[in-house]
Amino acid sequence: MTEGHIQEQKKEKARRKKSRLPMLAQAGPVSIWMILFVTIPLLFIIYISFMTRGPFGGVVYKFSLDSYKTLLDPIYFTVILKSLRVALFTTVLCLLLGYPFAYYIAKQPPERASRLIMLLMIPFWTNSMIRLNSWMLFFQTAGPVNNLLLKLGLIQKPIMFLYTDPLVMLGLVTGMLPFAVLPMYSSIEKLQKNLLEASADLGANPSVTFRKVTLPLTMPGIVSAIILVFIPSLGTYTVTDMLGGGKVLYIGNIIKNQFGSIRNWPLGAALSVLLLAITALLIFLYTRFARVDELEVV
Amino acid sequence: MADSIVSLQHVEKWYGENHVVKDMNLEIPEGEFITLLGPSGCGKTTTLRMIAGFEDATSGIIMVQGERVEEKEPYQRDVNTVFQNYSLFPHMTVFDNVAYGPMIRKAPKDQIKKRVEEMLGLVQMSGYEKRKPDALSGGQKQRVAIARALINNPRVLLLDEPLGALDLKLRKQMQLELKHLQKKLGITFIYVTHDQEEAMTMSDRIAVMHGGNLLQVESPAEIYNHPNTRFVADFIGESNIFFGKVVRVDGDMLSVETAQGRMLTKGSGFAQGDEIFVSIRPEHLQFADTASEGFELPGRVFDQVFIGTLHKTTFRTAGGKEIKASRIDADPGLEDGLERKLFWDPGQSVAIHPTPEDKQEAGK
Repeated sequence: MTEGHIQEQKKEKARRKKSRLPMLAQAGPVSIWMILFVTIPLLFIIYISFMTRGPFGGVVYKFSLDSYKTLLDPIYFTVILKSLRVALFTTVLCLLLGYPFAYYIAKQPPERASRLIMLLMIPFWTNSMIRLNSWMLFFQTAGPVNNLLLKLGLIQKPIMFLYTDPLVMLGLVTGMLPFAVLPMYSSIEKLQKNLLEASADLGANPSVTFRKVTLPLTMPGIVSAIILVFIPSLGTYTVTDMLGGGKVLYIGNIIKNQFGSIRNWPLGAALSVLLLAITALLIFLYTRFARVDELEVV
Repeated sequence: MADSIVSLQHVEKWYGENHVVKDMNLEIPEGEFITLLGPSGCGKTTTLRMIAGFEDATSGIIMVQGERVEEKEPYQRDVNTVFQNYSLFPHMTVFDNVAYGPMIRKAPKDQIKKRVEEMLGLVQMSGYEKRKPDALSGGQKQRVAIARALINNPRVLLLDEPLGALDLKLRKQMQLELKHLQKKLGITFIYVTHDQEEAMTMSDRIAVMHGGNLLQVESPAEIYNHPNTRFVADFIGESNIFFGKVVRVDGDMLSVETAQGRMLTKGSGFAQGDEIFVSIRPEHLQFADTASEGFELPGRVFDQVFIGTLHKTTFRTAGGKEIKASRIDADPGLEDGLERKLFWDPGQSVAIHPTPEDKQEAGK
């Protein structure tokens, strides 16, 4: 037994001793926080979803399955499918754009890498409303994009960019990209260069090395990126409201409208529960499929 | 040279302004256990990495099995490497780690299984197939890394301080195992270490490097008994090294005047007035009330230590230089502070020409 071993064991013992007593004290505040701000509101939403809508909006506390019956209307199925599709596309695009970018940053010297990450974050120092409004100005009928295309003679009359799915996607992808890049960056950055060398040494060309070593070892970052991008994209309503102009409906907008202008809280709550269930199911299936349990999710 | 399995010819490596490998020429015959030995930053690992293909040589020729490889990527070269930090794939089991090479070459599954079993048997790791690297000790990891590197049947195995992270006892054991493995397989091992004892234990030949220069390539005994530079004399084993001037040449017998006194040594290629290093191993240093003729080197006993096999005595000269002697038998009359005359058999000391680097160092 070496000096190092003994010291390590001592440390481990000390760690265990330390963690035993104040475990509650450590977990306590977080638990209270979670119960107060996550569990209780969530339970309340589920509770409301089984209540009755008041005649002038609001909630009448009488059990009813009306909201869930309403959900059986195929229109909601279409909306959910559409939302899933947009969220999926956003996620795929964020991964395809984000991975090479994250890889590039991770391969830079540390100082340069932190500067690049800073550049990635700077747009997020501004309110998302301002960013979305800028996109709208940028792409409106008389906006710079259309003007440029007209001047170059590429188009004869302005294109209607606003309130289309592609623009919604653009807004979502630009808004979500950092959430994809950051976890993937931290995974790739942790990837040891000598493992890539070992792979090459054993006869693997760069593409095999990427598939067999780089990709599996950075999977935790990819999983985090998918979860961090997919879930918010599925429930978003600001981007779809502004860039989609409410013309194209997504589940996020409908929920927001039920709680807002339409004032049908039970239906909004039921839709929320549905969204929650879909998300939970997808994550469950996904983690099963990707065997995340074997990976350390960052 | 046709019979060399690895051949380095005028290999140079620059990192920007740093000249890390200087005009390296080395011929390694098939089946040899050769060690690149030197302190950190001497260019030994860079040399190994150039053979593996992880670094490009700035200029020069690198040949493996008679083929030039400078332009080849690592995955195109028929050499395999055992890395210092094991570099096992953490997401794969021991089996998958070892099977990685043949799996990439798309060998049949049953053949891979047979080979992996064979390799794990070779490194005494049978039964660990399903473990992940995290669940292995350092020594076990290194065994798996060796099995993984050997499974492709390389003619040349490169080892980059493979035992550096292990504790002393395990390291000694693994040294012998590696040596036996190399003999059994009959393949060429190119081994990098900064541990001179390790190099002495395992190698057929040692290539001593310092500051990017290859100083001496010879058998351990030859390196120990006839170091060709002051650095080698100092780095390999313990040495007392004196700097002085040749005052008289009588055949191959040189009389040398140093700041510590006058001494005799055998040596060739020196003329009267030349600068010279005289190196004498502690076990060859003798001391008595009267010195043999030609020596005038007094020293006071400064320290005595018994280390089980040897009695080590440190002397101090009038100028304060420490001189080490070691004997198997104790000298009961010896007490701290006593003066003795130091001398040796002039055939056992080594006369060394100072290199330009030595002169630079002396000038500082």
